Amino acid sequence: MAKTLTQEFTKGLWEEIAPFRLVLGLCPVLGVTTTMENGIGMGLATTFVLVFSNILVASLRNIIPAKVRIACFIIIIATFVVVTELLMQAFAYPLFLKLGVFIPLIVVNCIVLGRAEAFASKNDIALSVADGLGIGIGFTLSLAALGALRELFGANNLTIWTTPTSIIGVQEVFGANFEPFTFMVQAPGAFVCLGLMLCVMNLMGSK
Amino acid sequence: MREMVTMVVVLTILSAFSGGLLSGLRNATASRIEVQQLKFVKGPAIKTILEGVSNDPIADRFAIKDGEVERKFFVGKFDGKANTVVLESFGKGYGGDIGLMVAVNVEDDTIVGVGVTTHSETPGLGATAKDDPGFASQFKGMPIKETFKVTNDGGKVNAISGATITSRAVCSAASDAGTMYQKLKPQLEEKLKEFK
Repeated sequence: MAKTLTQEFTKGLWEEIAPFRLVLGLCPVLGVTTTMENGIGMGLATTFVLVFSNILVASLRNIIPAKVRIACFIIIIATFVVVTELLMQAFAYPLFLKLGVFIPLIVVNCIVLGRAEAFASKNDIALSVADGLGIGIGFTLSLAALGALRELFGANNLTIWTTPTSIIGVQEVFGANFEPFTFMVQAPGAFVCLGLMLCVMNLMGSK
Repeated sequence: MREMVTMVVVLTILSAFSGGLLSGLRNATASRIEVQQLKFVKGPAIKTILEGVSNDPIADRFAIKDGEVERKFFVGKFDGKANTVVLESFGKGYGGDIGLMVAVNVEDDTIVGVGVTTHSETPGLGATAKDDPGFASQFKGMPIKETFKVTNDGGKVNAISGATITSRAVCSAASDAGTMYQKLKPQLEEKLKEFK
């Protein structure tokens, strides 16, 4: 049963990649992935919360009484979410403006609570960090992939990061004459994209 | 019984620790967040309402104590004269507080322009107050002494369709700014002299 650190880390990247394999945490997956940059930002914020809440839950796992464990997990998670929100406002305000309401919603993201309950409360700190990092990076990659796909076809751009002075990324990938499918950056486009990606993932996994 | 006590103790300690950490962090980041808001939200709003200004209103700002609270003001220079002051006020909107920047010309007490800054109104309806310059431009040139009301309430401001609460909130914020301006006018004029 005992797995190595590497195994716990890599399972989050493919085997149990949260939005596609477990189909968890779909609210931010569908909501923020209008651009690749938003996806990356949201993914990193979630990873931060995930890793630190896993550390704290794992280190307190013998102290937290079983009957009130969910309440304790939520206190821990909510604390780190507010920390993320404040830090993001202080150091990445434009990103905060774009992600807006989705940052506080990390509190109720079932991936974070799920990892606390299913993993960190039963394993030691090192394994929990590996698990949190793996799942978090997997989540970031999924969001970035979905965001990239939607931004590419929906807006004809590919933004990795926006600094106050310049944009890192490619503008007008298909040239200026390409007419973007605005459908892709709207809400229904998110469902269609996610569905197609799930389909591809399942095809690859079903051999 | 013992179990009960443990639960209460653990939850209390966790909550207290979390509260302490967050208030500490809030204090530590407050000034930085304010700078960021100035740069990305209030700054652009001020620049829009003070079109053609010859100085940097964000840099030329000052604070006045109004009773207990410290209020911030931004100075706008036109044709080399520091004759415009920007006040910030808030109104209760549909989804929370709406921040409003009101620029007033101190020479003739008229509004130079207003602009919505922070808000959490419904996109497409209330959020139009910020996105559509047409609504805010109605305030231009109106005397600041007036109490602003939407036409439904017997005033002069045309409400945004589908967003009467938001429009009322903007009007009440503008009226509040007017009251504040009249109350603090002597001090404001005193301060403005420093910028000449």
